[in-house]
Amino acid sequence: MTLKTSVSRRAVLAGAAAGSAALAAPAIVSAQAGTLRIGVLLPRSGLLAQAGQSCHRGALAAPRVLAELGYRVELVHVDTESNADIARTQAERLINDGAHVLTGAFDSGHTLAIAQVCEQRQVPFVVNIAAAPPITEQGLKFLVRNFQTGPQLVTNGLRLINNLIAATKIDPKRAVFLHANDTFGQAQRNAMDAIFPRTNMPFQLVESIAYDPRAQDLSVEVTRLRSLRPDLVLVVTRASDAIKLVRDMVRQRFEPMGIVSPGSPGMYDEEFYQALGPLADFHVSNLPWVNPKSAMTQALERSFAATNPGNRFAADGFNAGFTFEALLIAADAFKRAGTTSGVPLMEAIRATNLTEHVMIGGPIRFDEKGQNPNIGSACVQNRGRMPVVVLPEDSATMAPVLPMPGWQGRT
Amino acid sequence: MPFDFYVTVAVQGVLTGLVYGLMALGLSVIFGVVRVVNFAHGEFAVVAMYLAFLGFAIFGLDPILAMLPIGLGFFGLGYLLQRHLINPFVGRPEHEQFILLVGLAIVLVNGLLMLFGPDTRHANLPYGFDSYEVANVLIDKVRVYAAAAALVVAACLFAFFRWSRTGMAIRACADNLLGAAIVGLDVKHLYALTFGLGMACVGAAGALMVVLADATPMLAPAFTLLAFTIVIVGGMGSMAGALVGGILIGVSEAFASFLVAPSAKSMFSFAILIAILALRPQGLLGRKQ
Repeated sequence: MTLKTSVSRRAVLAGAAAGSAALAAPAIVSAQAGTLRIGVLLPRSGLLAQAGQSCHRGALAAPRVLAELGYRVELVHVDTESNADIARTQAERLINDGAHVLTGAFDSGHTLAIAQVCEQRQVPFVVNIAAAPPITEQGLKFLVRNFQTGPQLVTNGLRLINNLIAATKIDPKRAVFLHANDTFGQAQRNAMDAIFPRTNMPFQLVESIAYDPRAQDLSVEVTRLRSLRPDLVLVVTRASDAIKLVRDMVRQRFEPMGIVSPGSPGMYDEEFYQALGPLADFHVSNLPWVNPKSAMTQALERSFAATNPGNRFAADGFNAGFTFEALLIAADAFKRAGTTSGVPLMEAIRATNLTEHVMIGGPIRFDEKGQNPNIGSACVQNRGRMPVVVLPEDSATMAPVLPMPGWQGRT
Repeated sequence: MPFDFYVTVAVQGVLTGLVYGLMALGLSVIFGVVRVVNFAHGEFAVVAMYLAFLGFAIFGLDPILAMLPIGLGFFGLGYLLQRHLINPFVGRPEHEQFILLVGLAIVLVNGLLMLFGPDTRHANLPYGFDSYEVANVLIDKVRVYAAAAALVVAACLFAFFRWSRTGMAIRACADNLLGAAIVGLDVKHLYALTFGLGMACVGAAGALMVVLADATPMLAPAFTLLAFTIVIVGGMGSMAGALVGGILIGVSEAFASFLVAPSAKSMFSFAILIAILALRPQGLLGRKQ
């Protein structure tokens, strides 16, 4: 048997092309490594759409500011549809499509779902907003959180309530804690149960009421609130149920001294202002907030105005600020690590030390659990349909007002 | 606890229950005559909510008045649906009807999501924040208006079935289909009329719901489940049972929220459902088959 071999011109050309491609490969890899590809997972539709879209606007504004700071990032935006299962599958898809880092996901349940995927695939995950303690209590190696835990939010929120009482000289005797029964709301309830008895507050917490955030109205919950005669209503809400709550309070002519959130969204969201108008004013949210005196915040605000001309940075600052910081952390670590490889990139993220950033508080650093312990809190009151810092005094632009004026006659 | 709080909760429960009852009435009428279970019931109610919202947002039309054109439109839609889509499935295996109507429900919800997105839509009515105060009992004005309108629609429907010749013919179809056909009644036309009437109730109830709740496509499955619970509690095919069931579920949910925990109120609806199924399977006002 004779074996004939022949080499055609076409084969030579194909071989030459393949050889050239092989020689050029390191250059292509090098070019890809020059840009960090970040998957941004947010609930931009569904129950949490309002907050997710607010975070998304921050992500849209971020690349311009990061570029000015010398960072190169490419963002891939993905909607989790307010569904933890979709968050998990979209995280898988993003990693398969070549994302080097994931950020998100606003909701604690979604964040836990994404974290499991990132841990399995050894891809860094920088949490923008999510407060449930288990996120950093499970020993996850590929996750950091630049946001307060539920207990931190509540501790700081209650401390600021004390400051608020002192500043306004009100004398509340009774309070009721009203919270959504979702992952975040339950985490806040657990934190409140654990922390409140140790805080020596000047008022009694007479009851905690859990409600379904998908409820069509909160009329019965408000009747129950009225029956308990609280001076202060402490709430953990989202925007849509915060609207229902105030609407039913007005209908039932229930006027507590104040409605205060010890660390939750809802009452500073644009949807809240739009739906309630003057009835949205004087409610207080105690939570981390953007530092208006930071140069980086001012740069972000300019970029935000350019990329989101129809939205107000003041109302989106919380969501947009933390989303920007998550991207900043990833970009800064990439610059230091010089690689998109998961393990060394994660090491660089854990070694973060950013003194210049957007939110109130000390340098962004992470402890051994991946938690940033340096985030500060502010007391933010709605005034003229704008969230305004009223405490602490060194950051305040207005003095707090409590008891809040009656519902009737507001303009 | 002061007695007036209990009265407030009871009144709110009754008023909300009447609107729930009107929604369930449509389902009950359709099942009682055509023997088809409308699994797209909640979805149609949410479509009506969006129509009422649009009527208010574009023309400033009060949703309580909007229930008239929406109810009429839904009557026509129901008639056409029954004549051209559902009639061929009457008498066929129940799973085929189920697939048809669940498919329709999926199309409706996703159509709403495509058109309006997932965000909630609210009609800011000028009296939306007002309430009546009667002997320390505070009652939402919107709830009173919606419940009164629901009662009027239900009364019209009762009167139609009780005293009109067409209503009597429809009842004849429900009682004895073969006998109705033998005496020359146009059964297909009467079935279509019945489906139209059921849909008119859903349309009116959906328009009224806009004053009580914010419209979002995600409400649809909850409404379907609610209507089923009410109809089973009241008695399948019983019109009075639907209203009574609606009030019972409305009041039980309100008291469960008030006395136990707001997050546990659905548990009480289902506990009532299970108790009724165990003790009186035909429902409170239903007849034994």
